[in-house]
Amino acid sequence: MAGVPLAWYLILSAILFALGIAGFLFRRNLITMFMSIELMLNAVNLSFVAFSYKFGRVDGQIFTFFVMVVAAAEAAVGLAIILAVFRTRKTLAVDEIDSLKY
Amino acid sequence: MDTFLFLIFAAIAVGCGVIVVSQRHPIHSAISLIGVMGSLAVLYLLLGAEFIAATQVLVYAGAVMVLFLFVIMLLNAGVEPPGGKSWPVRLLGIPLLVVLLGVVSFLIRGWIPVKETVVFGSFTGGGPRDVGGALFTEYLLPFEIVSVLILVAILGAVVLGGKEID
Repeated sequence: MAGVPLAWYLILSAILFALGIAGFLFRRNLITMFMSIELMLNAVNLSFVAFSYKFGRVDGQIFTFFVMVVAAAEAAVGLAIILAVFRTRKTLAVDEIDSLKY
Repeated sequence: MDTFLFLIFAAIAVGCGVIVVSQRHPIHSAISLIGVMGSLAVLYLLLGAEFIAATQVLVYAGAVMVLFLFVIMLLNAGVEPPGGKSWPVRLLGIPLLVVLLGVVSFLIRGWIPVKETVVFGSFTGGGPRDVGGALFTEYLLPFEIVSVLILVAILGAVVLGGKEID
């Protein structure tokens, strides 16, 4: 049975990562920028799993597992920070959130 | 069959990824991000990572994205206003981006392994038993550290998100 070249998975991972970078740079909404970071983490996870397949070892999947855990923790803390920022500034536009204290 | 499934779900992932980046409304971005994560879970299954595929659906598409949607609805986040870009940015931005991506892909073309192919079912070491076995023996210390990290994240989220009582 003909398989899919491993390179296609890596190229897909690179495309998703580039989309994540583009979203992070182009979007001016705090939440959308945060979602772009999640997209980048997912792209990296895909190449971890692809290389786990290539080497026939489970280590890459363990790393994917840890990345997921850290991403979940990051999402919880990051969204709490976004909530706190919105409570004081009443805005989510990053261009207007340019001073650290007030 | 493998190629077929890969192409379908890769197309869904890239299409939803483009929507995540291009939509101005955060809700649309969040829903498309769930699409990306779901199709990535199918690709993990094709790569033989069953446990990771299940975790992807449960943790990412389930928990994390529900958190995102709750925050978007809680903050009542609307359409983001168009940013004021200067005319060189408007004119040159997209062509320069295409040139940059072209040069980068030309440079890394030689490093990508060409010969390897992925056949569904030829790697079976990704079930819960295998992942758990590695997690609780070889990777026990990182696992314990990560559990402390999760605890700290919970406390941090409660402290940051809780109402301040004067």
